[in-house]
Amino acid sequence: MAQHHDHGHGHDHDHHEEHEQLKVLGFWIFVVTDCVLFGTLFATYAVMMNSFAGGPTGQELFQLPGVIASTFILLTSSFTSGLAVLAMNKGNVKQLIAWLAVTGLLGLSFVVLEVTEFMHLISEGATMGTSGYWSAFYTLVGTHGLHVTLGLFWMTALIFQLKRRGITAVTRRKITNLSLYWHFLDVVWIFLFTVVYLMGVM
Amino acid sequence: MAQHQNHGGHHSHGSMKEYVIGFILSIVLTIIPLVLVMNSILSKTATMITILVMAVLQFVVQLVFFMHIREGEKPRYNVQTLILGLVIVFTIVAGSLWIMLFNKY
Repeated sequence: MAQHHDHGHGHDHDHHEEHEQLKVLGFWIFVVTDCVLFGTLFATYAVMMNSFAGGPTGQELFQLPGVIASTFILLTSSFTSGLAVLAMNKGNVKQLIAWLAVTGLLGLSFVVLEVTEFMHLISEGATMGTSGYWSAFYTLVGTHGLHVTLGLFWMTALIFQLKRRGITAVTRRKITNLSLYWHFLDVVWIFLFTVVYLMGVM
Repeated sequence: MAQHQNHGGHHSHGSMKEYVIGFILSIVLTIIPLVLVMNSILSKTATMITILVMAVLQFVVQLVFFMHIREGEKPRYNVQTLILGLVIVFTIVAGSLWIMLFNKY
């Protein structure tokens, strides 16, 4: 199966390659629509920034150490997903799968930290229904967390596909798109970290 | 398998050096705002502007070093799409803040 692609020289091959390139562009377009989605949620959050309705404020409840840990975990996972792409370019399936697994584990610890944080906030009396601020907070941060979780499922599925089929034109494109998605989530988190948490505790 | 790298060198998708530089830059760009906020070195407005600029730089680092925005096919449709997206995002965020500023309660 993996050999098939390598032998297909000439027109057919170029055509196939072009088609996969087009799918990467399609994924860029998806990423940009996601950018618009998060932009909208950021706008809502910015508008609700001071609407605490007498409830607790972010400044009172945020615990920076956990948030800082999640930030460095996600930054590192962005780097390791890059290393996975490098391993793919070298044609090393084992290394590729290993780096994807590391990225997945880092992503999983990020999600676990986020769930722990949400449980802490809820126990302190800040739920989605508490105020406009917390409503916007959970929607914004939760949507990002959901994206990371979906990425983890995608990553797991791709690891199985790589084990079965190896590095082909199709799996290459899928890994390229997954790493694009993962770097993008890192970017969104940086803005969350800056706008929600750093500005929140100032 | 090695043939893969050879077709059309224009989408090489980075080197180890590029990824390491990107990683170091992204860590530095995270530590600076953290130090600024935790020690309240600058005034509130100055801190806000600085940490926002750091976040934007971080975005650029991820785009250039990790997402390889400079590579790809010649008409860079990905860059054009991204610019369109950013214009929309800017309009939504700035527009919402602007309107709500004059719409208090």
